[in-house]
Parts: sequence; structure tokens; C-alpha cells
Amino acid sequence: MSTTSNSSQASASPGRWERMRDSYMWYSFKHDRTAQLCLAVFICMVIAAFASPLLAPTDPYDLAQIDIMASELPPFWIEGADERYSLGTDAQGRDLWSIVLYGTRVSLLIGFGAVILQALLGVTFGLMAGYLGGRVDTLLMWLADIQLSFSTLMVAIVVGALVKATMGSAFYSQYAVMMLILIIGLAEWPQYARTVRASVLAEKNKEYVDAARVMGLRSKRIMFRHVLPNTMSPIFVISTVQIANAIISEAALSFLGLGMPETHPSLGSLIKSGFDYIQSGSWWITLIPGAVLVVLVLSINLLGDWLRDVMNPRLYKG
Amino acid sequence: MALLEVNNLDVRFALRQGEVHALRDICFSLERGERLGIVGESGAGKSVAAFSLLNLIAKPGFIAGGTVNFDGQVLNRMSERGLRKVRGNRISMIFQDPMMTLNPVLSIGEQMVECLKAHRRISSKEARAIALDKLQQVQIPSPETRLDQYPHELSGGMRQRIIIAIALLLDPDIIIADEPTTALDVTIQAEIMALLLELCEQHNVGLILITHDLGVVSQVTQRILVMYAGRVIEQGPTREIINDPQHPYTQGLINALPQMATPGEKLNQIRGSMPSLSNLPSGCAFHPRCDFINRADGQPRPACTQQVPEFVDSGNCRVACHMVAEMLEDRRLKEEIS
Amino acid sequence: MSAHAEAITENPMPTPRQNEESADSLLQIRDLKKRFSLSGDFLDQLRFKGGKLVRHQEHVHAINGVNLDIKRGEALCVVGESGCGKSTVARTVMGLLTPSEGEIRYDGQRIDNLSSRQLLPYRKRMQMIFQNPYASLNPRMTIQQTLEEPLRLHHPDWKRPKILEKVEEVMHSVGIDPDWGKRFGHEFSGGQRQRIAIARALAVDPEFIVADEPISALDVSIQAQVLNLLMEAQQERNLTYLFITHDLAVVEHFGTRVAVMYLGTVCEIATTATLFEKPRHPYTQALLSAIPRLKDDRPQHIRLSGEVPTPVNLPSGCVFHGRCPHANSRCKQEIPLLQTQDDGTRVACHAVEEGRL
Repeated sequence: MSTTSNSSQASASPGRWERMRDSYMWYSFKHDRTAQLCLAVFICMVIAAFASPLLAPTDPYDLAQIDIMASELPPFWIEGADERYSLGTDAQGRDLWSIVLYGTRVSLLIGFGAVILQALLGVTFGLMAGYLGGRVDTLLMWLADIQLSFSTLMVAIVVGALVKATMGSAFYSQYAVMMLILIIGLAEWPQYARTVRASVLAEKNKEYVDAARVMGLRSKRIMFRHVLPNTMSPIFVISTVQIANAIISEAALSFLGLGMPETHPSLGSLIKSGFDYIQSGSWWITLIPGAVLVVLVLSINLLGDWLRDVMNPRLYKG
Repeated sequence: MALLEVNNLDVRFALRQGEVHALRDICFSLERGERLGIVGESGAGKSVAAFSLLNLIAKPGFIAGGTVNFDGQVLNRMSERGLRKVRGNRISMIFQDPMMTLNPVLSIGEQMVECLKAHRRISSKEARAIALDKLQQVQIPSPETRLDQYPHELSGGMRQRIIIAIALLLDPDIIIADEPTTALDVTIQAEIMALLLELCEQHNVGLILITHDLGVVSQVTQRILVMYAGRVIEQGPTREIINDPQHPYTQGLINALPQMATPGEKLNQIRGSMPSLSNLPSGCAFHPRCDFINRADGQPRPACTQQVPEFVDSGNCRVACHMVAEMLEDRRLKEEIS
Repeated sequence: MSAHAEAITENPMPTPRQNEESADSLLQIRDLKKRFSLSGDFLDQLRFKGGKLVRHQEHVHAINGVNLDIKRGEALCVVGESGCGKSTVARTVMGLLTPSEGEIRYDGQRIDNLSSRQLLPYRKRMQMIFQNPYASLNPRMTIQQTLEEPLRLHHPDWKRPKILEKVEEVMHSVGIDPDWGKRFGHEFSGGQRQRIAIARALAVDPEFIVADEPISALDVSIQAQVLNLLMEAQQERNLTYLFITHDLAVVEHFGTRVAVMYLGTVCEIATTATLFEKPRHPYTQALLSAIPRLKDDRPQHIRLSGEVPTPVNLPSGCVFHGRCPHANSRCKQEIPLLQTQDDGTRVACHAVEEGRL
């Protein structure tokens, strides 16, 4: 029994590439200038950040390359600039262009790392809470509520204090990236857990889940193989928001001195280190990394908005 | 001239894949007090047809051609303001889901009074009296308490009665009912249909009943339009179409009903499924599913796959089918010879 | 109606006579009850009443003491209006819900209290087809993956070629093109999806299938295709069906026997031919008269007054008494039990018992 409507397409079932080309997502991307621009900016920044050892003229982590005499030099468009330092130098004489590249890399690393940790924790807990329900659900959601009532800052202070007290501050600055990933990851997992739980609750009443249960599949397989892939859209959407949030959280923590040490700066600690020199006229030390941070977060957020519109099934047909 | 006349109505949807022809060449008329059924499966365009009568097609869709004449006015060329005087007032609609029409935060009475006052210059008290009268007409138990109740306090059957009362509120000339009983249980459905029929007869209101249920149509309407893939393929008096369908699709649809087959035997199915409107077969849209594309001599009829069939008069019915046209032609020739 | 009688006698089912303990019952449902709590968790249930803390619980009584026997090779149809508990029966039988009271026996073994691991061998023997073909296929899995999954689970020793062969065979048997395997469910029409869902159920070669409104979401011409497919499968594979539907016209065509449910109880069980020829219970009569038939022009409906009561506060006595034209004071107090009539029909109605009807 072949049917007319599909037989024409049936002869050649579309491959992955064609499927993507025909998808609504690609169509919407092609017609959305903002999304295209944001993606381009974001990709450029990621590539530049992770290729920083190749792009940067100096290695800011190498003390030997730092010329303390060349500190607080302005960027190229201001009189008194030095050819060697296109964006000027900071108070310690580090090339601002190099250090911003390296700083962006640190910020992105922490942002992605923290979000991966959040996602792992949040998705697992959210899936379990939503699918298993009952006591597990109550317990996990209580945990999430408690976690949310601590701000990221509180977690940072507590964890930071604990680690510094037990392991020493040298240990803390050595593993600062790991520490920040851990802190931001722990503080924000409930966002994921709640989103995932909500969509699991909607999905688990659908008949394909019943069909999987009737088949005799174990709960674990149903959760990860059947329910999870169908909750990916909200996970993607929230991930963009969370990456932006994690980068900002990291910047805030570093600005307060709870984050990256100045020898190994992120965008946040760069802003902080330059903050003291704004009064003395060297505004670029703080404003240039600040601008980079704003552009980075803005492009991620705008991409997130676009993604949310694309993946919202209610707007899908409109 | 009939009360409502639809001529060559053509509706399209501008989608990203390109323009989709949702309705082609729809022609029908409705006399005052007449009950017409529009039958078809999902995707046939019957709901689009209902919406386009009142120019209610939502954004990607638009009326690309043809006219809807109602009582001397052309509805699809009227201003939004003029249309509002017709909608709800002279032509009212009943939807499948009562909650689409009822506002959940307003009481039944408030909604009915609001509707009356929007179209007529009367006091709230008078409006309430009319509303009460209409609720009595739809045989709702204790109508006075219902006026102060909210939609969620009522059962599905009760809500649909309220919807009928609202549809009758302004004594319209025509009611368009889009699958009014599909969401209801059989016993409630039977009651609602009986009520609708009774009220239409009593008040001489025209009814356009859109449904996929041939059983319901056969009991309520006087004439039927059968739609397939955006076209009308057969129209005529209800009894004649039900008892002696001419178009192969109508035949298939009626014969596919379980009540037409011997219990325990195979049902008479139509093979395949309705084509999508964006990818219609050439010629007659039904030809890939049709059992009659071969002529009497066993050769396939080329017209079926190449040429869109025109309507031919067959008795009191009009049918768009090459096979029927050919048979009628043969019969005419034979009569001429003898 | 002689055609009906013939269809029944041709059926492999040995006797139309009902026997409670009949050995050929594949599935036995005894005094099944299912309640759903409306009151939330323990903290939400506490109320102050007269200065005391009281635990207050409210329940939806979805099924209240249902007894059914399904014989090998038959198609038992359960009909009723929405909220009558027919789907709950189906889901309880399949272990998707645990019964509040009562037992379910499959082939003599109790299955309602088994763990999911103990239930696994039964999962292979009993399968389910769902109502909504748009929701019953996982949108992120290809047709091939959907059909392979049950086979991999129930035949862990099978090698890949054997699984592929089986998938192809089952796709052929439900009339879908094996080339469609790489595509996803949303690329197909409702009828095709329902075929795929049927293929998934048939893949493990079950002997018993629960079909929960399998055609009510489909168009008329497609309904006929799917019904034919289900009947073909029954003949070829000697299947037993529990068929849940609200559409009596389908029952007349498809069912060997019919159980009519109202508000969580069975009010009449009879062979299909008997039920349509001579409905006993007033509710069955009203239900039959409400089928929109093509042939009669102005049918005489039996009009029921009122609406179905909520299953939260069940009426006392016969659950149907509030809408029944024949109810008397006994009906309001005493719950009628299913009683076997001369022709094997079982009816739960005081009026029938007293000969008033």
C-alpha cells in the first residue's frame, strides 16, 4: 500500500544535510540579519580568544616579556601611543590587546565550563524529578530552591573561604579557573533543573512514553533515550542565556576580587585592575575589556533570543 | 437571487515554500432557511471555506479571487467596519471548541449582553431579558442561574448550547457551524444536533454545517457539498448524494463507513490518503486513489490525469468527474440514436 | 441480522455462553477499581475541621468494580462516553497504571502486582496501540529505530541481520514501504503513523493487543484502512483484542463481544449481534439510538435528561439513575449487579431484572 503524498519523496529519503537546509531554523537564520551578525561576532571572538597564543604579539603570562617602563600607554588613536602596543598597555606594562585576548579566553572557558557543569547537574536532576515524580521530585525541587536562595556571590565566598582555609591561597589561585567553574556551576544548576523538569512533565504524558513503557523499557532508558531528546529545545535556549550569565557572574566575582587573580586575568579582573586608573586618565585599561565583555554578552543574548523564537512551537507556524 | 452566493472563490496561503492554493473555484448558493452541509476530510479545505465566507482568513492566507455575495453585498470587498455589522449579527459562527468563543473571565450573561449591546442600541436590562429568552430556547435547565455562571463551571454539552444561544442572539439569517459536535459524546451530540435543527426550522435560519461526519450531515441538511483537496467535487440534495453518490470519492467515503459493510468482513477502503495542497496531483486531484480511471474498454482515461474535471449536471446533482461526464455523454448519444 | 449471527458462528470462539471461570479466558479482570487522588500530597490533605486537624482526601473514582473476561481469539470492545473509565481499564491492564483494588490475570497468572522486571515476558505477549498517532511516535527517532527498539529489548540474542529482516517483514505486513525507515514520524500522515504504531506493536509477535481508540483521530477513509489492517492482523496472527472506542458503529463491525461502560462500571456485556439486535440496558438503548445513521432521515433519539455526573462524588445506587427514564426508588439506593440473561447477555439493571423493561 503506497500512498500518493509521500511516495514522491519516499524514493530519496533526505540526508542530514538536506534536512538541515530545509529546516525552519536555517530558513529563519537566512532571513535574520541580527542573528547572522551576532553569530559572526561570536564566532570571531571565540576563534580569536582560543587562538590567542598565535594572535597575541606578547605572552602576558610571561613576566620576562613585560616592560614595566611602558605602563599605561594609550591606544593607537591617542597621542603618545607606542607602535608596539596597538591598544595600549595596562598599569603593569602588559600589552592590552594580548591580555584582552587571553582574558577573553579565560572568560569563555569559565563560561562554557560552568554551563556544562550546570547542564550536567541540572538536566540529570530535572529529568529525575520530572520523570520519577513523587518524593524524588519533592526532594530535588527543595534542594533546587535552597540552592537558588544562595546567590552566586554567597557560594563563591563560602567555597572560596573554605578552599583558601584548607588548601591555602596559592592553591586557590593555581586552580582558580576550576574553582570558578565549580562555583558558578553549582550555584546555577537549578535553572536547568526547573526548565528540564517543566518540559519533562509535559513530555512524559505523551503517548510515545507510554508506548516505551508498554514495550518494557527501563526507566533510565526511557528518560535518556526517549524523553531527554525531546526536551533539547528548551535546553538549547536556556544554555545561551546561561553562558552569558556565567560570563557575567565570573566578571562580577573577579571584579570583587573573588575570581581570577590579576596574574592570570579574565575580562572581569582586567576591568577591576584598570578601575583604579580611570581617575588618572588611563580609562582604556578598564573600558576596552569592558567593551569586549559587553559585545560578547550582547551577541550571545541576541543569539539566544533568536533561538528562543525559532524553537518556540507557538511561533513556529506564524 | 439566493441569500448567499459564492462565486469562483479562490483562497491562497503565502507560505515560505511558496503560494499554496487552499481553495479553488468554489461556487455554491444558500437560500433563506436552507441547510447546507460541507463535507470532507481534514485538509479538504472545508474550514477555510467557512472562514473565507466572512473574510476571517488569518494572515498568510488571503482571498485571491471570486466573490461572496450576501443579500446584495459583496462580503470580500467590504471594509472591516461593514463586515463587523454582518458578522455575528446577520451571519454568526459556531466553532468546534466552545472555549474559542467564550471568554473564560466573563460570566455567560456579561458576554451575551456585551454582544447584544455591540450591535443594538438597547439597555442592559433589555439585553439581559433577550439573553434569558435565548437560553430558554436552547433548553438549558435553570437559565437564570446560568447567566451568572462562568464558562468553566459548565459541561461541554452545556457550553455548546450556550454557544448556540449566542449565535442566535441577534436573530441571524445564517449560522455557520464548524464541526459543532466533534468534541462531544455521541448522546450529547445527538441532542445538540436535534436542537440546532429544531431552532433553524423554527426561526427560518439558514445553516452551513461543516463536518466530516456523513451521518450527522445526512440527518440535518438538505443539500451537501463534498470537498476534496480544496475543490468542490460533488453537490446536490442530501438524500440523493447519500443514496446514490456519483463521484468515486463520495462513493468511497460513504462505503468506507463501518455501517455500510457486513460485520466481520473487510471495509471498503479508499487506498492512499489525501494529497497535501502544496503537492497536488495533475488533472483530477483524486485520480491516484480512484478505481475508475479506466474506461469501459480497460484503457486508462487520459483526461483524468491531465485535465481538471468540469462540473456536469447529473440529475439534480453536479459532479466534477470525467468518468461521470463520459457516462452521461454515452447515454445522450444512445438516446439520440434510438 | 442473520449476517451477524453467521459472523459469530464462524468465529473460532467456542461458546457464546458466559462462564465466570472459563478456562479459555486469556485475560481476566476481577473487581478492578482505580481511584485517582485529587488532594495532592500529605501536607495539602490536612484540614482544620471543628478545631481538629483532619486528613481530608478526595478521589476520582475512574473504575468501580469492573469484571471482564477476554477469550482467546476474540475482539472484546469496550464502549462508553468520555470519562466512563474505558481508557483507564486499558491502561491498567497494560500496567501503565496500578489498580487500587482487584486483580488482573493473564493466562492464569496474576500480573497486576508484578515488578517491571517480572512483567517483561508479558510485555512481549501483550502490546498496545494508542489513540493519537501524532503523539505515540517519538519525534526524535526514525521509523527504523522505533521498530528496532522492541526487538532489541525482547530478543537480545538476535543478530543485526535478523532484526533488520524482522523489521522489514513487519513493515510489509502493515503496508508501509521499508524504504521509509530512515525518516521521522512527523513526515507521515496520520494514517501512515498509525500503521507504524501498529507495526511497532506487532514487531514482538504479541498474542494480545489493547487498542485504545486507535482510529478516532483519523479521517473516515483512513479509519477504514486501519480497521481493515487490524482485522487482517487478527486473522493472520490469531490475535486477541481489547478494543476501546466511543464509536458504536465501529463496534458493530469489529467486535466479537461488547461491554458498555458508564461512569466506571460495566452496565451490559453481550455478543455484538445480540447487543445491536436487542439492547437491554436503558443506557445502551440510548447510546444505540444516538448513532447518526445514513439511511434514516429523522431518527427517534432516546433523549437522556441531564449530563454525566462527575466521578468524584458518585451517585448512590445505580450510577445511571439520574438520567434513566425508568429509574425508581430502588435504583437510587441499591447498586445493580451484572446478571446473566437467557441468551448469555449480562446486564446490570434493576428494571431489566424486575421485568419492567
